[in-house]
Amino acid sequence: MNRLLHTLPVIDHPAAAARFLHDADRATWHDASLWQVRRKRDRAAAMVEEWEELRALASAIKEHTLSHLDTYLEAFERHATANGIQVHWAADAAEHNRIVLDLLRRHGARRVVKSKSMLTEECGLNPFLEAHGIEVVDTDLGERIVQLANDAPSHIVMPAIHYRQEEIGALFHAKMGTEAGADEPAYLAAAARRDLRRRFLEADAAITGVNFAVAETGGFVVCTNEGNADLGAHLAPLHIACMGLEKVIPRLDDLGVFLRLLARSATGQPITVYTSHFHRPPPGRALHVVLVDNGRSAQLARPAYRASLKCIRCGACMNTCPVYRRSGGHSYGAPVPGPIGSILMPGADPVRYASLPFASTLCGSCSDVCPVQIDIHDQLYAWRQDVTRAGGVSRAKRWFMQMAGWLLAHPRRYRVAGAALRRLLRHLPRRLLYARPNTWGRARELPPVPPQTFRDWYRTHRPAPEHPADMP
Amino acid sequence: MNSRTKILEAVARHRPPPRPHPGLPSFPAPGNDLAARFREAAAGVNATCLTGSLDTLGDVVRARYPGARVIAALEPDLLPGTQVIDATTAPAELATIDLLVCRGTLGVAESGAVWVRAAPAGHRAALFLAEHLLLLLPADRLVWNLHQAYDRLDVAAEDFGVFVAGPSKTADIAQALVIGAHGPRSVTVYLIPDTKISF
Ligand code: SF4
Repeated sequence: MNRLLHTLPVIDHPAAAARFLHDADRATWHDASLWQVRRKRDRAAAMVEEWEELRALASAIKEHTLSHLDTYLEAFERHATANGIQVHWAADAAEHNRIVLDLLRRHGARRVVKSKSMLTEECGLNPFLEAHGIEVVDTDLGERIVQLANDAPSHIVMPAIHYRQEEIGALFHAKMGTEAGADEPAYLAAAARRDLRRRFLEADAAITGVNFAVAETGGFVVCTNEGNADLGAHLAPLHIACMGLEKVIPRLDDLGVFLRLLARSATGQPITVYTSHFHRPPPGRALHVVLVDNGRSAQLARPAYRASLKCIRCGACMNTCPVYRRSGGHSYGAPVPGPIGSILMPGADPVRYASLPFASTLCGSCSDVCPVQIDIHDQLYAWRQDVTRAGGVSRAKRWFMQMAGWLLAHPRRYRVAGAALRRLLRHLPRRLLYARPNTWGRARELPPVPPQTFRDWYRTHRPAPEHPADMP
Repeated sequence: MNSRTKILEAVARHRPPPRPHPGLPSFPAPGNDLAARFREAAAGVNATCLTGSLDTLGDVVRARYPGARVIAALEPDLLPGTQVIDATTAPAELATIDLLVCRGTLGVAESGAVWVRAAPAGHRAALFLAEHLLLLLPADRLVWNLHQAYDRLDVAAEDFGVFVAGPSKTADIAQALVIGAHGPRSVTVYLIPDTKISF
């Protein structure tokens, strides 16, 4: 495990979420924006007759790939090399950053245009390169907004989903000299287009992510709506594509399955505007691919969690998650937030990210929308147990859970305690009842105490058994 | 031990027991009017689909793009344009193209995407720098979905190829759709019902 990670503060998701919820208007608006995207996804999915079959296929292809991952990685490397692509291997974030910096230096590159890549975010590439005197410009509009604001993305598909247009207007006014008070999306996007076009034309190198790498052909696919990855890659003399190990798929034909699912799941589009297939560098130019592990082979070793490596980063689980929508992406303190992030991050550091598996209602909506059928909510449930066992949960909560376990394991005790509590709750003063230890009561009222227990109710209402033999 | 060996060994050690590749069914088209389906899908991705013969292409261009001064032709044999571009054309010059006319190899009716091959180096950037894009596509080069597209295309033979589905766009500001993010502000697909040229 990366020792440096342990020096970072522990993420307290509930506290961060509480801060986000403090601005009720913003929280409501954030919730509604994402729900819109979720509904677009539903409409797009409903239009594909074989949607469920595609999900099952995608899942099976990914499972097959993971079970032969070393072979496919080697095949990809072999074919890519034959195509004139240079392949590099990085065991962790630090090595990835070093490889990228070396390549840039070797080509004398000082100005880099970068298209969206969650991997480089995970590796902290931008600050690393900047510390070494390289200028990095994020070119996806959402990422550019976040970069100008000195902020981090809060969503993997819509990095600036947490900004309102007037805030972006003010930001562009300050950083790009747009008119004060102008906040029309079309106007702001046009300003960014002008500014970024110049940077594309002047760039010495382009860095992109990879959506899919094809073992069979040694090529890779990058999906964008803006065309920013292409403008960077086709104009600069050097193109570096950075990918996690899990991005490899066996064959070109498999692309059809994933591409039909990806954009529909992400934004409700039938396909992204550009689905670019890179197989060979243009004559006289250099094309490099960096294959990055950074904890992925370790996640592969955890049977309960390895399915998380099937993720194609569509973001659908975030858009549907009631907790994500109401707590904001930043509350996860992770490059990949939301339900899938809450599975991936504890794998990287179970102490720092101990609170994330609890940032879920376990409603299962994430698993329902996931295009590759990852059992996200089951894995979150499993992480809760692992994290608790590892001591990543507060003493109070652990004590409470032990008490609850002791009580729930013995029907008699449970009944007696229940009866006592029912009487007590009616008479306890509010001040005591809603005292600090009752975190549940902080944001909501306890329901009124029912006059009768469910058990009593059931006893008086259950119909006479028709088949006495069925009764215990 | 270098990282490559280290990674491959770790992956080999930790990978789950072998699971078979599921194979792919064919998912045939639900109807046979692919052109109608394509037109609908193209509209859905903010592209325009016109049908016409190559003989009237010049008129269509004049009528549709009256303000276009720099018309670059990747297919000078089909439409001369005002400028021929190739691998040696400077990027700054590509950035002044008002309209780029080029050949599509295949259209996907389900999503309105058109496969464009851009083998010669200089052409790659032109596709993304031009203000407007006109894609010529023989109507008999339509397939229903991506599975059929990959069946028909020889993707790995191309240095670079791209499915283009409508104009460049973004919704990164307040979820409002803005057409023309970095690349072309419009895409027109010109479907040619019968063609003598080879695509
Ligand atoms: S876990 Fe599934 S739904 Fe979530 S981002 Fe990954 S592929 Fe999409």
